[in-house]
Amino acid sequence: MTTTRRGLMAAGSVLLAAPALAQSQQVRELTFYYPIAIGGPVPRIIDGYCEAFQRESGIRVNPVYAGTYGETLTKAVTAIRGGTGPHFSVLLAAELHSLRDMDILTQIEEIDAGAETRAWLAGFFPAFMANSLAEGKTWSVPFQRSTSVYFYNKEQFREAGLDPEAPPRTWAELVEAGRRLTRREGAVRWGVQLATNAGTAQWTFGALCNQVGHVLMNAAGTEVFFNHPRAIEAAEFWRALAFTHRITPPGVTEWATLPTNFMNGTAAMIWSTTGNLTNIRENARFAFGVAGLPGKEGPRTVVGGGNLYIFKNANPAERAAALRFARFVTSAEMAADWCIRTGYLAVRPDAWETEALRRYTAEFPAALVAKEQLPVATGELSTFENQRVYKALNDNLQALLTGAKTAQQAMADAQAEADRVLRPFRRA
Amino acid sequence: MRSRTTLHAWLMLAPAMVLLIAFTHYPAVATFWDSLFSTPRATRPARFVGAENYRALAEDPVFWQALTNNLIYAGATIPLSIVLALMMALWVNGKIAGRTALRMAYFTPTVLPMIAVANLWLFFYTPDYGLIDRITAALFGWGPTNWIGARETALWAMIAVAVWKEAGFFMIFYLAALQAIPPSLHEAAAVEGASRARIFFRVTLPLLGPTTLFILVNAVINGFRLVDHIIVMTRGGPDNATQLLLTYIYEVGFRFWDTATASALTMVLLAILALGAALQFLLLEKRTHYR
Repeated sequence: MTTTRRGLMAAGSVLLAAPALAQSQQVRELTFYYPIAIGGPVPRIIDGYCEAFQRESGIRVNPVYAGTYGETLTKAVTAIRGGTGPHFSVLLAAELHSLRDMDILTQIEEIDAGAETRAWLAGFFPAFMANSLAEGKTWSVPFQRSTSVYFYNKEQFREAGLDPEAPPRTWAELVEAGRRLTRREGAVRWGVQLATNAGTAQWTFGALCNQVGHVLMNAAGTEVFFNHPRAIEAAEFWRALAFTHRITPPGVTEWATLPTNFMNGTAAMIWSTTGNLTNIRENARFAFGVAGLPGKEGPRTVVGGGNLYIFKNANPAERAAALRFARFVTSAEMAADWCIRTGYLAVRPDAWETEALRRYTAEFPAALVAKEQLPVATGELSTFENQRVYKALNDNLQALLTGAKTAQQAMADAQAEADRVLRPFRRA
Repeated sequence: MRSRTTLHAWLMLAPAMVLLIAFTHYPAVATFWDSLFSTPRATRPARFVGAENYRALAEDPVFWQALTNNLIYAGATIPLSIVLALMMALWVNGKIAGRTALRMAYFTPTVLPMIAVANLWLFFYTPDYGLIDRITAALFGWGPTNWIGARETALWAMIAVAVWKEAGFFMIFYLAALQAIPPSLHEAAAVEGASRARIFFRVTLPLLGPTTLFILVNAVINGFRLVDHIIVMTRGGPDNATQLLLTYIYEVGFRFWDTATASALTMVLLAILALGAALQFLLLEKRTHYR
């Protein structure tokens, strides 16, 4: 509390005297929340970035690990409403509309509309910026971004008589490969595993829908298209993987268990984030491959991950300092380092031109797969009341995959509930 | 003189009263008041809606499922944990080798934080390579079972964790009560030629009455309160199969920020607990023998 007040006074006095740049020098400390959705030593990496930033700027940044994406959102919003929130946070990129509706975000242009900042914003991949832009303004900075890819066990491919260098590219090939890889006697092995838990099912489903050429929501985030015939087709395909082809386990599969199952050899293929790449590379005791998700006709996927949001409760000086931190961690060198150490996609094309990342991708071409998927990737489901819409969809996807509902029924129910939730926003 | 005594009485009551009002009565009244208003949003301030939130709850299928689940959950955990606690207490009260170690083993789950317990059981329940699947595969040759990922088994998997966690705690109370029973009563019954079962039902059990009432009150509260493991393990899934009232309140209140509906839900939970406590004290107190 005292730091905020002190900061406010400092900001107030400086505001009269000098423009934005001078303000950030008055800030001594910032706090930010971040989620972890991947394996590997993420806290150590984040701590390292904060220390490097402090050496450069003299501003101390306290990173607070706050759980999964959903938990981090809950904690950040609760803290902000209680008046002691973080100054900025990494949250799901798809929360854009919900967070704007809560009126807790500050726009980047409001903090600094200078030409330099504009040029920096223009340097991100447009596919990622799509989740940051609304009403012509920028509301977040792409940071830990990913696409959904699949990891496959080359040794199990060979053992099943499949070509480890030609992984499936279509649904039909996926089913065929899955059938040959699934083993029901002795040590059970599933052909493919997809995450179906409450925080992740909607992401997987977004990829599946894109694979039949369907987008789940409108750009304004006020309408969803769950009961569209193509969405039902995607749901039907997912259900069939579990119940007809029996190459994926029925019921709920937790996101966090996927890499473990893969490295234990109980899942021959997993659909996961590219952010898990480094973790799997360091811990898998077998040769593995990375490929773009198969589509009905050809590879199609979904982007995901988290952006940096700067909150209104930070004073102008703190906002400027937070923006400076955002610029620091998304600079070409840092983005390249983040990419190498986790597997998350470097969010700027110029990062891929750095010496470090070039050398890395030359010796480990799998790191390029996720980037190559960007042209065939769609945005993650993102609406107003995002968490509620996620629940409507995820509950019904779980009902679908536990065998309680047909695809038709599940999608109709999800649509009805989402329509009810979104009604007030469509009137406006 | 009289007024001074009254003043003293009030002063002595004050600390407890301030705490009770600040942390029990005021929140309850404020929650009730909030439940009569709509949820404030950035652009729409809260307005009085009367019973609207309660009417919306009555039409919410997830609420009814949470309520049903909670009744099953409470209905299973309460008797199971109490009977188990009593059996364990009787067992470790006897003269057996390694008694201290056994008592400690039974009490361990109570000492562990629920979050740690949940993470532990997450591994037990993991399909295929989890502990439980390994055991069922070795004993019955079953294939992998998705214990917490299937609608049929998820709630029972949660109940098992709660019973495992609670029984040890209740056992301590039973153990203390058992040791307070004068041995002369058992000896007298034995001299009369009563069977062991008769001694248990006619002597031991009635003397454990006050303890049982205390444990029962606690078990009922825990039946609605002990949800940490659900948040960690299933978050109410799959498809609300493990959704309980408290997890639903958390979800509506802190994930969706629909504070009005969450307030109405809280009032429902409060009413259930108040009713339960009143029934227990009214009905059971008369039949409990205090010494």
